Amino acid sequence: MAEARFHVFRGYAKHGDLVTYQVPITEGMVVLDGIHYIQAHLDGTLACRWNCKAAKCGSCSAEVNGRPRLMCKTRVDEFGARPITVRPIKVFPLIKDLVTDVSWNYRVNQQIPPFTPDANDPGPWKMYPEDVERLYEFRKCIECFLCQDVCHVLREHEGMDRYMGPRFMVRIAALEMHPKDTRSRTDLLKGSGGIGFCNITKCCEEVCPEHIHITDNAIIPLKERMADDYFDPWRALLRLFGGKKEPRGT
Amino acid sequence: MADHTVPHPYAPSIPWWLQPAATVTILSGFIVYATWVALQGHGSYGSYLSPFYSPQVVVASIPISPAFWVLWAPAGFRATCYYYRKAYYRSYFADPISCMIPESRRRYAGETAFPFIVNNLHRYLLYAAVAVLVFLWIDAIHAFVFDGRVGIRLGSLLFLANVVLLSGYTLGCHAFRHLVGGNLDCFSCARGGQARFRLWQGVTPLNHYHAFWAWTSLFSVVAVDVYVRLLMAHVISDPVLF
Repeated sequence: MAEARFHVFRGYAKHGDLVTYQVPITEGMVVLDGIHYIQAHLDGTLACRWNCKAAKCGSCSAEVNGRPRLMCKTRVDEFGARPITVRPIKVFPLIKDLVTDVSWNYRVNQQIPPFTPDANDPGPWKMYPEDVERLYEFRKCIECFLCQDVCHVLREHEGMDRYMGPRFMVRIAALEMHPKDTRSRTDLLKGSGGIGFCNITKCCEEVCPEHIHITDNAIIPLKERMADDYFDPWRALLRLFGGKKEPRGT
Repeated sequence: MADHTVPHPYAPSIPWWLQPAATVTILSGFIVYATWVALQGHGSYGSYLSPFYSPQVVVASIPISPAFWVLWAPAGFRATCYYYRKAYYRSYFADPISCMIPESRRRYAGETAFPFIVNNLHRYLLYAAVAVLVFLWIDAIHAFVFDGRVGIRLGSLLFLANVVLLSGYTLGCHAFRHLVGGNLDCFSCARGGQARFRLWQGVTPLNHYHAFWAWTSLFSVVAVDVYVRLLMAHVISDPVLF
C-alpha cells in the first residue's frame, strides 16, 4: 500500500518540532484522516481539534504545506509524492501540537453590538428577498478562523489590539446590512474595529473554505459606509444643515 | 519562539514573487508612458483624440500641456481604486508581498494614517472619472465620423473597445456599487429601492471582475494612444473597414 509522509508539528509554545510519520494512503483520504491514523496507530498523544469532518464545523484548521486550510477538506492525493507538513495556525497561542487557543475571537465577538431591531416594531416581520439576498453569503461563515490566520495585520503586525480581523468584518457586515437592524457600527469600525488597518490585499478571500467574498462583499462595503460617516465632507455638510441623520434605507 | 511560529513559505504553483514583479513592471511602465505622453502637449489625429487628452482643456494663461488638466482624474481614480490598492500594497510596499510571506517592515498603519487614509476619498475621484468617461464616449462616437460621413476604420473600433473597457472598469467600481444601492439596508422600504436594487444587481457582476476591467482598460488606453501617435507620425495608415 502506498504511503504518505506526514511532518506534523509536535510540542508546545516554548518548544516543539516537526515529527515524521509514514501513513498508508486510502482512497479519498484527507489530511485529517492521516492525523487520525497517527493518533490511532502511531502516537495517541497527538493533540488535534476536530468535530464534523465535513467542512462545516471549522474546528480542524491548520497550516498544510504552508497554507491555512481545513484538514478535513484537504485531500492527500493533491500533494502527490511530496511530504505533507501540518502545523497549527500561527496567529493564535499554541496549546499543544495542532491545537491553538482561539478564545481571543470570542472576546472580540462580545465587543460587537448585537442585532438591534426597532423596539416599536417587535415583529413578526415580513422579509423580502432583495433585502436579505446579501446576507446569505455572510451566514455561510463556519468560524474556522483561517481568514484571521492569513490576515497579515494579525499575523505579521500582531494587530490583535487594533483590528478585529476579517471574520468579524463579515459579522459586522451581516448586522449592518440587515434591513431590521437599527444600529450603526461605523464608530466601532473606525475605532476599536480597526477597519482602516485592512489594506484589502484579499488573502482572507483566498483561504476561505466557504468561498465568501470577504473583501469585496463585506470589508469594502463597510469601508464605504465608514467613508459615508467620516470621510465624506459633502455628506457631513448635509448632516450639519439637514439636521437629523437619516437611517439607511428609509 | 516555538517552532510553529517560524515563517514558512506558502506553496503556490507559481513563484510568489512573479505577480508582484509583473505588477511593478506594468504599473511603473504605464506611469512613465503616461508622463511622457502628457509632456508631449498634443495627441490628436483627424477625428481621433487620444484618451490622455480628453476632454480638451486649454487655459491660455497657464501654458502647460492640456493633458495635465485632465489626467489627475483618471490617475487619482486608479490610485485610490480598491483593486489597484491591493496591487500596489502588495507589489510596491510588500504589505504583504504575497499571502503568508513574512514582512520585514514592522511599522504598519494601513489606511489609518497619511498618505493612505486619503484613499477613503475614492468616491470623489469616481465622480470626476465618470465625467471624463462621458467625454470619452463622445470621442468614441466622433471616431466613427470622417469628414462629415459615418464610417468604420480600425481606429474607430479601437476607440469603441477602449471606452467599453473603461466603462466596465468605472461602473464596476466598488464605490459606484455602494452609491447605486450598496449603501442601503432595506431596498424594499427605500425610495426607489427596487430600481436601486436592480442597479446594484447590474453593477455587482461588473464589480466581480473588477481586476479584469482594471487591467484591460489600462492596456486599451495605451493601445489607443499609441495608435493615434503612430498615425500622427505617419508610421501607419488607418485601414478603412466600412
